[in-house]
Amino acid sequence: MNSLIAQLINLFASVMLIVTFAMLSQRRILTLIHLFTLHGLAVVGATTVVAYITHQHHLYYSAGITLVLKVILIPVLLHKLIDRLNVRWDVETLINIPTLMLVGILLVVFAFNLALPIAELSTSVARSTLGIALACVLLSFMMMITRAKAVAQVIGFLAMENALFLAATSATSGMPMVVELGIALDVLVGILILGVFMFQIREQFDSLDIRHLENLKDD
Amino acid sequence: MELLFLLLSIPLVGGLVLAVIGHHGYAREVNVGFSLATFLAAAALTARIMSGGPITVADGQFFIDPLNIFLVTLTALVGCTTSIFSRPYMRVELDHGKMTPMRMRLYHSMYQFFNGTMLIALTTNNLGILWVAMEAATLTTVLLVSVYRTPASLEAAWKYFILCGVGIAQALFGTILLYMAADKVLGGGMGALLWTNLEAVKEQLNPTIMSLAFVFLFIGYGTKVGLVPLHNWLPDAHAEGPTPISAVLSGLLLNVALYAVLRCKVLADGALQNHFASHLMIGFGLLSVVSAAFFLSRQQDVKRMFAYSSIEHMGLMTFAFGLGGPVANFAGLLHMTVHSLIKSAIFFAVGHAAQKAGSQLMEDIRGLLKVNPTVGWGLMLGSLAILGMPPFGAFASEFLILTTAMRELPWATPLLLLALGVAFASIFARVQPMVFGATELKPLAHPPSPLPVFIHLGLGLMLGLYIPPYLDTWYRQAAAMIGG
Amino acid sequence: MSATGVISQLLAICIALLGAPLLMGWVNQWRAWLQNRSGPGLLQPYRALHKLLHKEAVVAHGASPLFLASPYVVFSCMALSCAIIPTLSTDLPLSPVADAIALVGLFAVARVFISLAALDIGTAFGSLGARREMLIGFLAEPALLMVLFTASLISQSTSLTSIVENLAHREFAIYPSLAFAGIAFTFVSFAENARVPVDNPATHLELTMIHEALILEYSGRHLALIEWAAAIKLFAYSCIGIALFFPWGIAEADAPLALLAALPIQAVKLALGGFLLALIETVSAKMRIFRVPEFLASAFLLAVIGMLVHFLLGA
Repeated sequence: MNSLIAQLINLFASVMLIVTFAMLSQRRILTLIHLFTLHGLAVVGATTVVAYITHQHHLYYSAGITLVLKVILIPVLLHKLIDRLNVRWDVETLINIPTLMLVGILLVVFAFNLALPIAELSTSVARSTLGIALACVLLSFMMMITRAKAVAQVIGFLAMENALFLAATSATSGMPMVVELGIALDVLVGILILGVFMFQIREQFDSLDIRHLENLKDD
Repeated sequence: MELLFLLLSIPLVGGLVLAVIGHHGYAREVNVGFSLATFLAAAALTARIMSGGPITVADGQFFIDPLNIFLVTLTALVGCTTSIFSRPYMRVELDHGKMTPMRMRLYHSMYQFFNGTMLIALTTNNLGILWVAMEAATLTTVLLVSVYRTPASLEAAWKYFILCGVGIAQALFGTILLYMAADKVLGGGMGALLWTNLEAVKEQLNPTIMSLAFVFLFIGYGTKVGLVPLHNWLPDAHAEGPTPISAVLSGLLLNVALYAVLRCKVLADGALQNHFASHLMIGFGLLSVVSAAFFLSRQQDVKRMFAYSSIEHMGLMTFAFGLGGPVANFAGLLHMTVHSLIKSAIFFAVGHAAQKAGSQLMEDIRGLLKVNPTVGWGLMLGSLAILGMPPFGAFASEFLILTTAMRELPWATPLLLLALGVAFASIFARVQPMVFGATELKPLAHPPSPLPVFIHLGLGLMLGLYIPPYLDTWYRQAAAMIGG
Repeated sequence: MSATGVISQLLAICIALLGAPLLMGWVNQWRAWLQNRSGPGLLQPYRALHKLLHKEAVVAHGASPLFLASPYVVFSCMALSCAIIPTLSTDLPLSPVADAIALVGLFAVARVFISLAALDIGTAFGSLGARREMLIGFLAEPALLMVLFTASLISQSTSLTSIVENLAHREFAIYPSLAFAGIAFTFVSFAENARVPVDNPATHLELTMIHEALILEYSGRHLALIEWAAAIKLFAYSCIGIALFFPWGIAEADAPLALLAALPIQAVKLALGGFLLALIETVSAKMRIFRVPEFLASAFLLAVIGMLVHFLLGA
């Protein structure tokens, strides 16, 4: 039975990986936000299972903070934001989607390779998911740089933070609480600032297409 | 220890106060007041350290040692002089309509918060809190860069946020890996992230984990230092933000980021016992110096040009710390101090010059010596100083770095000399017509304050001729600690 | 080569050949019911086959022997594939003929022949259908191979019967790699069987048809064989899916009683699978053709990730 619970961690991590890929290929912003909520739920699930197995209570608190922040608060903020900004659809991504998928596979292979020697050294019960967490980080990073709309970039950034949180849980059974609180605070403030920003970008350019933001170049 | 808490809380309280009253006319003076108070607290702390030696505070959560004491004082000093500079500068911006009182409120409070987060980053012993403070500093400066609300400044701030956000996330992953390595040796909990504890056991940290951790930490914090190829945010942020922000970005934030890299390098060197970290730093430092010099030569905007100069100098410092050894480390630390002082002085002069001309393009700025000697002489002397002209301090540090490079890494020396030469030619050629010549520029309604520029240049000059004994001791001790 | 082996082999082939139209009828009937129509009845495909077999096969003047031979080739490929897929039992004497990879090759042979036959006559619809079919096949095949590789890696063999035996005997555990592979396999089977997210099997609109465009020129017994082969292909894919991902209940060697029990179990699983297929078809909209490569790229991707996750997690 214990191993079944341990397999739950693997399952949550795999769900996170699928959701990250789904986010890569999604065009509709609303679906992106829903997928991001699912992403957060997977992280919360994995952390709770680790907390249950290792009896570390501070992980319950971390999972709780992530739940409130990444699954409830931030998606609500994002929904309000896209309602006010009237953003529904995305334009095409900067690279077409099948190519993105193939590059994504390469990144996953790279991440797994990188994480394998490290994961063996970890003492955490979730150590095998370090590769998946690193792969999610790299995929979210790719999502940020290949997206044309500002909201999608923001979601990519948040997904990266989620994946880093999973990495922390899988590498070390969680960072100290103060650090995690600080990180959570930073993320929240960051989102608020980004929200403010998007309004200003909207005001200036009448659109949230970041290709308007490519004028400052070295000539 | 109360002095340290006083030092850290003054800017934070100042930020809160200015968030309420920042749109009034007297807010600028209040800003100067808070910065001055911070500087006095820093001076008192320095005096305490001079007599007492390194200290740890609050159960080891904060500490002051030779590496960060001079940076703390430098940060407080530059913060203070920049606030003095920002007084007349912002009055002119307000008159020209580029700022509104509401945005002045944001500007002033974020300025104080920025100072506060940088001081926290410098004095914290906890590497996790260091990360949080760096991220917070990034967030405050993002708001500051976009404060003019022009399309270009929004673009610069967005790029800054995204690039530095990604970089900082890599640094977070590096911190996680570091915690993982520390967890094995020190056990979990808050103690495992304290730098002093880690430094004591650095040989026992697992090499595989530490090498990967250092790579991520270097990429992450290196983005904030402005190393090529992750430097794209730097020229835009400097050019589009208000000049006081360019001054503190160049003068202070880059230094704090490099300081973070150094702290991690010490741990990595101890764990890896090879020159992996040094090679990384040498490689990227050299790349930054050479690329920045060539980018520099093609710039039309004066603030972008000096931004690339900052990238070049940070690359030089990274290269110096990569070389290691007592001489190169000493030179790197000296250069950190001198560059910070002189670059901010240059930005003070450039800010006023751009205000007079109404444009940041160098071809529009002419004859500064005639219109306002402060600005003209400040720019002239500042440029000469940053280009490494003796007797200013940059000459001493660059000389030491070059001679060490010639001894240890002969193949790098021609590249360095080439880059420094290209930068010299470009900057000098651009600054000369700006300073001399006939002009139709009018003086500004609110005359610039000569104090900041000349204090900085004076200190830069002094450091070139004479390094005070306690500073010398701190440099040597820090150099020994950085090792390599 | 025991008696039960021969019996189970013959049973597998007969059930596949005779039961495939029933599965097709079941799926179509459920589509009708879900769309609030009364539907043509479960045995309609049999009636259609009967009608076609008694009609004259009209062939175009320029048709080559390839055109005439293709229906037979396609039908034999499908029949052979049914012979090696463990539907009721893993005791199939013919299974050493082809393993999982050769199975994919069999499907490829069928696809090649039917595409060439479509090109053979030289009509516009034929070449259009052939090109679209090749596009889908080109992208679906790697995905299918990856899915089979994942299953083979877990069970250390590429022979379908060994895979099924291995997977059926493992204790119940959550295998994320198989989950990924299962989703990828579902995507691929939608593409290969010309089902709604990829291709509407009932349409004859130029803009949207893929499979139908290939067989426009056929009539009479040729058309009967091809329609039968399509039904057998759907049956085969469903059985592969069940064998790889829900293998409990399939009889082993030398277990005649288990063989008898396997029949109703398999029928229930197929019925459930058919219902789910009809449900997904009713709920989804057909994708535009240039989105199909993305769909299949994600299937390939999921399959590859399934394999990578197996390496990483050992599960």
